[in-house]
Amino acid sequence: MSLADARAICPDLATRPADLAREAAALASLRRWASRYAPMVGTDGVDGLMADISGVPHLFGGEELLRDDLHARLERAGLHAASSIAGTRGAAHALARHGGGIVADGRLVEGIGHLPVAALRVDHATAEALARVGLARIADLAQLPRAPLARRFGAGLVLRLDQALGAQSEPVAAEPDAPHFGVRMTLPEPIGKQEDVMAGLVRLLNRLCAKLAATHRGARRVRLELRRVDRGTAQIEIGLARPMRDPARIAALFTKGVDEIDSGFGIDALRLSAPVTEALAPEQIGGGPAIRHEDALADLMSSLGNRIGFDRVLRFLPATSLIPERSFILAPAAYSTPEPISYRAGSKRPITVFPPEPVTTTSGTPPASFRWRRMRFTTLRATGPERITPEWWFDDPAWRTGLRDYWRIETQEGPRLWLFVTPQSQGWNGPPDSSWPAPASAQNWYVQGEFA
Amino acid sequence: MKILHDNSAPADPFDLRRHRVHEAEGRGRRAFALFQAARHAGPLVWIVPAHSPELPMLRGLPRGVGERLYLCRPTGETDLLWCVEEALRSSPVALVIAEPSSQLSLTAGRRLQLAAEAGRTTGLMLTRKEAGSNATETRWSCESAASPAADSTLQHWGLIKNKKGTTGSWVLNWNGATAAFDLVSEAGERCEPAATAR
Repeated sequence: MSLADARAICPDLATRPADLAREAAALASLRRWASRYAPMVGTDGVDGLMADISGVPHLFGGEELLRDDLHARLERAGLHAASSIAGTRGAAHALARHGGGIVADGRLVEGIGHLPVAALRVDHATAEALARVGLARIADLAQLPRAPLARRFGAGLVLRLDQALGAQSEPVAAEPDAPHFGVRMTLPEPIGKQEDVMAGLVRLLNRLCAKLAATHRGARRVRLELRRVDRGTAQIEIGLARPMRDPARIAALFTKGVDEIDSGFGIDALRLSAPVTEALAPEQIGGGPAIRHEDALADLMSSLGNRIGFDRVLRFLPATSLIPERSFILAPAAYSTPEPISYRAGSKRPITVFPPEPVTTTSGTPPASFRWRRMRFTTLRATGPERITPEWWFDDPAWRTGLRDYWRIETQEGPRLWLFVTPQSQGWNGPPDSSWPAPASAQNWYVQGEFA
Repeated sequence: MKILHDNSAPADPFDLRRHRVHEAEGRGRRAFALFQAARHAGPLVWIVPAHSPELPMLRGLPRGVGERLYLCRPTGETDLLWCVEEALRSSPVALVIAEPSSQLSLTAGRRLQLAAEAGRTTGLMLTRKEAGSNATETRWSCESAASPAADSTLQHWGLIKNKKGTTGSWVLNWNGATAAFDLVSEAGERCEPAATAR
């Protein structure tokens, strides 16, 4: 039925576009749940599940009871489903999509004979052609000789018919589960001591790291959930500066977190999972000093990052900008790799840089004397100017005062300062991030850095 | 008690004694720290408080320092001292530079010394005037000085406390790009009285 027809019948029909990705995800989780009924469960098209229940029904008390159990559980979860049980995959597929039910053993032709030929998983053109010659039901096809049927409608129809009636085998192919990096441990008696929790953690870590090693992956975040006897949970999560699967080194990072948790009346279950993993190829362990050196540095970054935050452990990366504030990037060390720094010839740069601070009581260009940070400076030597124009493709509020002339001022008092003047904005426009009250003249000199 | 370092005086007056924590104060302390950074091979950790507006500028650093420099910006003094101790305990780090924002207590200073001995690393605290700890191995007073010639950058570095040696005062010319320096002998300023008491 088209949407226009449906709207004509029911004007206040609520509609929303299909989200195929989420439907597939929901079907995948339903498939995982359905493995309670059979070891081999595969998806069947975009809207079905196919389970091979050979040898299973007696555990539920028979096929009818198994199907009732399935429907009751799905009903309780709010899902309406149709299901069928048949001796072959093709027959089960056909019956589930045309009413559902159970086909008794050995009575396949009677069970699905009344269904239309379209139920045989044949394409629309074949089904039309069959209907034109008067073969509307599966039972009509089952009696016919195979050779003329194959010659007229192709081998595909005969294959599907044979699969449905059991002459051709068709196994249920269950796709492999995505690796799940989670392990748990339930304890017979609650524990509360720190070393007991750490001992349990080490056991879980050994299992988790073995799982990670089997799939050639390393954890970037590891989460430990502790369930207390009063049903409360405590959670400790750590980050790692680089993918890792070494139990001893990960356990060391948990020490502080385990120290801080409140065990209450005791902890009776532990669950350890790695929510974020990255590919980590097998590598030489315990190798030369260079590898140990790198490992120790990564451990330092992990422990610093877990305490003060990974965005506060930084590394310098070069950037191609002449603007002083943007001539380098401070990137989190755990999520970046070092880059070589090219040393370009050019005028000297200060060793420290800070947001521009206005200087007061200046005189002349460059100023012969000025006050900055409540100190009086007299210029001994001035080098410059070096003109830096703003990058017009960025709207940087600090650079709205136009281009800047930078001077290296050596003062009589010792400090060598990096001053700039904004010739395009004479007078006081307000410094970028300060609200100093100041007179309207000679106020456009700022200090931005200090040389060695 | 085991002695973890030799007592022989370093050959170069500006060699920081290994596996100890040192202090530098004065306006030129960052230049002194970068000078020391250029002389230490290996990863460098620079710890500044998050509220500090002054940052090292990559293009102004001495050659080879920028690539191996890690910057930590912890919030709060406790976190800063914890970071220093943790970095000092980590053996691959060559030099730990930190800028504590308050007075270093004797306990904190002693803890840092123990951490440096355990990790076999060297530390350099950039403190404000008279905000250092008495547990420091050496304390340097660093000022930049006005230079008579246009192409020289004079530094006035004084060793004002030394647990295992004598103090001293030097005026030198350091160009800020490499670890090389020139001692300027004709500074003309005496730290000791000209004539000794008879």
